[in-house]
Amino acid sequence: MAPLLLAEDLRVDIPTPLGMLHAVRGIDLALAQGETLCLVGESGCGKSLTALALMALLPTNARRAARRLEFGGRDLRAAGERAMADLRGERMAMIFQEPMTSLNPAYTVGDQLEEVLLRHRKASRAQARERAVLLLDKVGITAAASRLAQYPHQLSGGLRQRVMIAMALMCGPQLIIADEPTTALDVTIQAQILHLLKSLQREFRMGLILITHDLGIVARVADRVTVMYAGEIVESAPVAELFAAPRHPYTQGLLRCIPVPGRTRPEEKLGVIPGLVPTPIGELSGCQFRNRCEHARPDCAAPGPSLVRVRPQHGVRCVLAQ
Amino acid sequence: MLAYAAKRALLAALVALTVSLACFFLVHLSTDIAVAMAGEGARAEDIDFIRKQYGFDRPLGVQYAEWLGRAVRGDFGDSLYFRIPVAKIVWQRLPVTATLGGYAILIALGLSIPLGVLAAMRPNSWLDRLALAIAVVGQAMPSFWFALLLMLLFGVTLGWLPISGSDTQAHFVLPAIALAYYAAPAIMRLTRSGMLEVLGSDYIRTARAKGLRPMAVLFKHALRNAVIPVVALAAVQLGFMLGGSVVIETVFALNGLGYLAWEAILHNDFPMVQAIVLLIALIYIVLTFLADLANGWLDPRIRIA
Ligand SMILES: Nc1ncnc2c1ncn2[C@@H]1O[C@H](COP(=O)(O)OP(=O)(O)O)[C@@H](O)[C@H]1O
Ligand code: SF4
Ligand SMILES: [Mg+2]
Repeated sequence: MAPLLLAEDLRVDIPTPLGMLHAVRGIDLALAQGETLCLVGESGCGKSLTALALMALLPTNARRAARRLEFGGRDLRAAGERAMADLRGERMAMIFQEPMTSLNPAYTVGDQLEEVLLRHRKASRAQARERAVLLLDKVGITAAASRLAQYPHQLSGGLRQRVMIAMALMCGPQLIIADEPTTALDVTIQAQILHLLKSLQREFRMGLILITHDLGIVARVADRVTVMYAGEIVESAPVAELFAAPRHPYTQGLLRCIPVPGRTRPEEKLGVIPGLVPTPIGELSGCQFRNRCEHARPDCAAPGPSLVRVRPQHGVRCVLAQ
Repeated sequence: MLAYAAKRALLAALVALTVSLACFFLVHLSTDIAVAMAGEGARAEDIDFIRKQYGFDRPLGVQYAEWLGRAVRGDFGDSLYFRIPVAKIVWQRLPVTATLGGYAILIALGLSIPLGVLAAMRPNSWLDRLALAIAVVGQAMPSFWFALLLMLLFGVTLGWLPISGSDTQAHFVLPAIALAYYAAPAIMRLTRSGMLEVLGSDYIRTARAKGLRPMAVLFKHALRNAVIPVVALAAVQLGFMLGGSVVIETVFALNGLGYLAWEAILHNDFPMVQAIVLLIALIYIVLTFLADLANGWLDPRIRIA
């Protein structure tokens, strides 16, 4: 079966005063219907720009290129802004990191929900309202009907993010991209929202790309995990395999940073990866992780390494795996 | 919304009362009115007579209460210079200033808001630079100078428009443009910066992520938020325009309130000065109140606490 979403050699370049920033450098992604892909990596690895590139929502100064970019069998590289606008909200939807600022303060929750259906479907205001109430109920908002008249500033962050999720579901999309949807929320709310997202995804059999830097979340929701570093994929594998046998030193480092229930004792120190993510400006070659890697060798600076398959579903970009 | 409007109205009324106090006491404390009325070289008996006749010897509080009581009924006494009721002259001159101000407001908003929006949509484009240049020139050039340039070009050289008097609507075109140019630059710059900020905001990205068409994103989601700060500034700028109309009316020989104010000050016609200052202040207060209402309507965070 053809995947729902397919990207090959996806690139995002942003001109900066210091030179060309290669923020996303040749990413391959494939997502089947009903599948959950988690995109992980530290801040600044290019996760958000990857998501925005898929939605064609990049900032105006950013340039996108890809060898293949297909959604539902359709070539998105050829799709203009009009065609993309027809897809967005209708078949692909996105949920952002900042629920506090992602809703328009000047319009009611109801208006902002209903407008999605009114834009994409031949629906009346009453039908749109009915759908909005149904979905607010579905995302666990009590007294859904009375919420429609409320303004975003009258809702808490958790409620606003639920509204954002309901908004993404208005047209029943096949793909949802959620960019760190819980980072800005309280820990208890985080778990609720993730649980909700996951159950909705199962119920509607949507493809879900979940961006997060929380590997604890990944372990619970992902089918596949793709680890990014400095704009590249450094490791990609089914979730169980990645957690059981991580091959890339960066992935191993990330895994040492999370507490494991039952194994990590309260007083035990969690690992940290010393150093910072480099900003990929100008011509780059060799492994970008080498200045932080404890296994680094001289040949790590040589051109490459390429992403090699160590198992059928498991790719690693590291000289140790070549 | 009603509670908010009532609160704003109460505030406006309080400000109006304060202004009337200032208006009354500034005149009464700055000069001895009996002396001013008696004229130069008057004898002491005459001055005393006037003082008694007009009740200027009574406590100021009593005089203020009496003045205010008559003012709310539209009675500001007789003009010392024209020797007829102040209210009559003011009512005669008001339409001229109102017409001038109305046109100027329309031109200023009609020009500065679209230009500000366009400039924000294409920052650093030739249009943006042109708009900036227009704004800088407008802010740097004294309004009487710009008025004279307009007169020279469109009145004298091209002969398209009349340059003096208020007989026809055409007479208002040049003065209204001159007055509008006074207020437009600040409004345009704020529209541009407000729009730029809003266009970069998360909720605009959300609107695009929903697949909304560019026009819906721009007009429904962006513009409404961008003009919220502009409304308050526009009210202030329009108030400044009332001051500017003194100059413009004089240059174009329009017999409006501005020109009248200048005459009244020149002739020490204090009842007239009081009436005009109070009227202009009231217009200003009403503008601010309307701006408050508009903002309450535009921004639910203001209206619903
Ligand atoms: N609009 C932009 N202009 C310039 N650089 C940007 C812009 N957006 C993101 N970047 C840079 O691109 C890199 C990747 O950013 P991002 O995709 O947001 O990372 P992540 O989501 O993984 O934290 C970072 O170095 C960031 O500073
Ligand atoms: S290529 Fe070298 S530096 Fe990079 S992760 Fe592998 S061992 Fe470390
Ligand atoms: Mg991000």
